[in-house]
Amino acid sequence: MTGRRLSEGGLIDRARPVGFTWQGRSLSGYAGDSLASALLANGVRVVGRSFKYHRPRGIFAAGVEEPNAILDVTVGATHDPNARATLVELREGMAARAISGWPSVGVDVFQALDLLHRFIPAGFYYKTFMPGWERFEPAIRQMAGLGTARITPDPRRFETRHAEVDVLVVGGGAAGLAAARAAVASNVSVMLVDENPVGPLQWSGGVIDGMPAADWAEEAVKGVAVLSRATAFAYQDHNTVAVMERRADAAEGWAADRLWSVKARQVVLATGAIERPLVFPLNDRPGVMLASAVHRYLAQYGVLVGAEVVIVANNDTAYGTAAALLAAGAKVTIADVRPDPGPVAALVAGARIYPASTVIGTGGPFGIIYADIGPVDATRSDQLTARVPCDIVATSGGWTPSVHLFSQSGGKLRWDDGASAFLPGAGRQSQHVAGALAGANDLASCLMSGHEAGRNAAAALREAGKRAPRLTVPRAEAAPVATPLRPYWFVPIAGARQWLDFQNDVTVADVGLAAAENFQSVEHLKRYTTLGMATDQGKTSNVNGLAVMAGLTGRGIGEAGTTTFRPPYAPVSLGALAGQRHGSLYAPLRQLPAHAEHRALFAEMREYGGWERPAFYPQFREDPPRTIAREAAMVRTEAGLFDGSSLGKIEVQGPDAAAFLNLMYYNEVANLKPGRLRYVLLLRESGIVLDDGVVARLAEDRYLLSPSSSHTAGVLAMLEQWHQTEYPAMQVSFHDVTAAWATFAVCGPRVGDILAKVETDISLATLPHMGIASGTIMGVPGRIARVSFTGERSYELSVPAGYGPALWRHLLAQGAAPYGIESLSVLRAEKGYILIGTDTDGLTLPEDLGMSGPLRAKKVDFVGRRSLATPDALRADRRQFVGLLPDDPGFVPAVGTHAAMMVDGVRRSLGWITTSAHSPATGRSICLGMIEGGRARIGQSVSLFDRGRVSRATICSPVFHDAAGDKLHG
Amino acid sequence: MLSIPCPFCGPRGEHEFQWGGEPVTRPVPASEVSDARWANYLYLRTNTKGRDRELWCHAGGCGQWFTMERDTMTHEVFESAQISLGRIGA
Ligand SMILES: [Zn+2]
Repeated sequence: MTGRRLSEGGLIDRARPVGFTWQGRSLSGYAGDSLASALLANGVRVVGRSFKYHRPRGIFAAGVEEPNAILDVTVGATHDPNARATLVELREGMAARAISGWPSVGVDVFQALDLLHRFIPAGFYYKTFMPGWERFEPAIRQMAGLGTARITPDPRRFETRHAEVDVLVVGGGAAGLAAARAAVASNVSVMLVDENPVGPLQWSGGVIDGMPAADWAEEAVKGVAVLSRATAFAYQDHNTVAVMERRADAAEGWAADRLWSVKARQVVLATGAIERPLVFPLNDRPGVMLASAVHRYLAQYGVLVGAEVVIVANNDTAYGTAAALLAAGAKVTIADVRPDPGPVAALVAGARIYPASTVIGTGGPFGIIYADIGPVDATRSDQLTARVPCDIVATSGGWTPSVHLFSQSGGKLRWDDGASAFLPGAGRQSQHVAGALAGANDLASCLMSGHEAGRNAAAALREAGKRAPRLTVPRAEAAPVATPLRPYWFVPIAGARQWLDFQNDVTVADVGLAAAENFQSVEHLKRYTTLGMATDQGKTSNVNGLAVMAGLTGRGIGEAGTTTFRPPYAPVSLGALAGQRHGSLYAPLRQLPAHAEHRALFAEMREYGGWERPAFYPQFREDPPRTIAREAAMVRTEAGLFDGSSLGKIEVQGPDAAAFLNLMYYNEVANLKPGRLRYVLLLRESGIVLDDGVVARLAEDRYLLSPSSSHTAGVLAMLEQWHQTEYPAMQVSFHDVTAAWATFAVCGPRVGDILAKVETDISLATLPHMGIASGTIMGVPGRIARVSFTGERSYELSVPAGYGPALWRHLLAQGAAPYGIESLSVLRAEKGYILIGTDTDGLTLPEDLGMSGPLRAKKVDFVGRRSLATPDALRADRRQFVGLLPDDPGFVPAVGTHAAMMVDGVRRSLGWITTSAHSPATGRSICLGMIEGGRARIGQSVSLFDRGRVSRATICSPVFHDAAGDKLHG
Repeated sequence: MLSIPCPFCGPRGEHEFQWGGEPVTRPVPASEVSDARWANYLYLRTNTKGRDRELWCHAGGCGQWFTMERDTMTHEVFESAQISLGRIGA
């Protein structure tokens, strides 16, 4: 017999059946079921195969600690490849499948691995496959495997929320509720989070303050903001707690899951404790379960997991499970490792108790059909006292307080021999611990410690001199006098397979091997055996593993210590971590004022430095190289139109504007006359070229900077930092006005014809190259600057952004041909104009670019100046910016192609190509690059190495077109 | 997440701020500074373990730089201060 649903009991709604499938088979549960409880109610025993030995495994726990029931769950369009069945609420139409076992969980061809277990101990894969791991890994992963994620987008919507509260209580058990009740009485804001849909007092029974515990719980949280189905998974600095709220019932269009960042002035941790199993031979068979889980399935879900149950325990708490099972009609046999269970035995009249005994073996083909009970000091498996037929072995080896969050917060742990557990020691943040986490082991003491923690949290927030409100401690009936737990870590039968970590298949023998091979520190133990490294993070196995290691190495458990607890406490979906920051919202692109106009011209829009800009404007059936060649040729021979609105515009104002900017820029800018522009470099303090651009002086005390599109924010930040931290007394201010203007460049030999049809009061005839003037353009305020990025005579027309589309359409109508960034890139390469970050890198100094003139003329100690005089900056063999002409004019080498030649009898690379293109103006391929001592090598021949192809090129000047600049001034 | 007290805006979340490292004094006049001292200024920091004074910028808020004392081990924040019109690190 296996599990079945009782006709009454539990919090499920028997009036609302829920249909679901398991391995394609239609089954039925009830509203209020977890997937795990529904599977057990339907008699399902085997839910998966173990990670390493492919042994059949069944549901082991009822909560977050479940190591085995990791399933592939689909509901509608929602898919979770690794859902913990104990945490999944059953939904109509849910389809659940095992993630392991091939071809099925019943028949697994890799089960043969189990017969070889002697030959695949801890470290087997490391030792055997380490040379060439990358070749073996795919097959090994396939055999082991967790669920497979789908590659289709997740249709669910996720949200991020922030909350600030006076007191955050983590855990909705008796202690957490008592803490929330006590804190909220002081009129402070209180939030309580719990990972379950319903708190344990709803199903555990008991009486508090004279009323049923479930009713008391409802009363206790009046005035408290309660988040259920919400797992606090990370405790960060400054009392910030990250909470994952699962909202399976969210209405259409609302977020499925929410990630909360809760900032609390005081935190009460009432995270409870997780039962740990006793370890015994063949303890991994389906049917071995935590005693507390057996109880919970019965009380919360009305599921009796087995008709004949053997309980093996070393403490009193399992007797509550036994009593509940007896009341439900099960046959119960108890093996207690203690010589005498004491008064608690009175709870289980009708159960046979074997004192000083444990389970020394189990049997059954898939699930358990019998358990062998023997003395705790048995050294052979045939020393059995009795072979008891059973379908469930419920085990309790004591309780492990959930110290995860406390430990994450920086708190220290201490080993407590009495509780046989790591308990919270000194904390570091504004926090309080309560309940089972703090070592309380019955309802009354949980209520007491929760009450105290809640009062202390509120008191820490109370103004001095104010009195605490009167509130009595909630009372529950006292439990029978407890008989102390007796630590018992494993059965001393040599050679028996006794599992510690079910999910990662780690046995007592594996820990023994680690000890023998001197991997004795807990951190080594963990990584060598993978104990506690599975997705359950060893919630039921860590302490047992540590105890075994401590015993083998003759240390106390406290001395051996525990591994570091790191977030997350439980797996968190990546979608929830990302929230809304994905797809087009991940890094929203900025759009140009004339965006719609570019789209209307069928421009190919691409991302450049955070902006969505036209790469080029292809005509019908035109491939990109032809489009670029056509657009570039139009600029050189007719007139082109370019949208430069994304180019940065930073206004700098104040009496000290000139003096301040002169301290920033590599070039002299203080002697610039109003109405004039200058091409400038901006350096880091290390001398490296950070940006280039144009500085315009609009008035004595007013400048307009044009950094490159992608550097505008960085340049503004740099100016602010230098102003605020180094020159705070200077009177100057900065303002980014990029978005306020639309700027279009019209250039080419016919630029005059185009601009003749633009109504403006600015005199173009008198505007010199590198001049700027303000006035009106087509009746709106604007500016015209004469500056060129193409080498052609060029005017930049700027109008308020809202007028951009109209001006663009007007210029287009006058016959200017639009060209995009890719075409501009060819045009600027023909002129040898550098592109920062493309032709330069994190080592490039101005001198490397051939721009040393300004340094000699300038007297001010500008940013980076001193760095230009270091021995490294003055090295003769620095890489310098030059041109390269491939011998084959039709060959365009890839960017990054190395250029090599014989130097002192050795052939080596002198540098590489940074820009390459087919140049329409010269009718051949051209390259720019950084070459060691390049300027002195002009005329020399080098070998190019481009993806296996070797060719030759000649080093030359980087200017390929109109070297004299006649076209700019014409 | 750290709660950082901006001297202008009050306590705000860490994600609004940009870390600026240790305040360092720019050696001047730079032209008279030795190569070694300039390299120290550019690259060498004490990297204090424990209580330390740092530069922070409320980049996602008022945009102001300020100094803050923080324990680099525990992230405990002690106090923050506006930058006076004197020179930083002095
Ligand atoms: Zn601020």
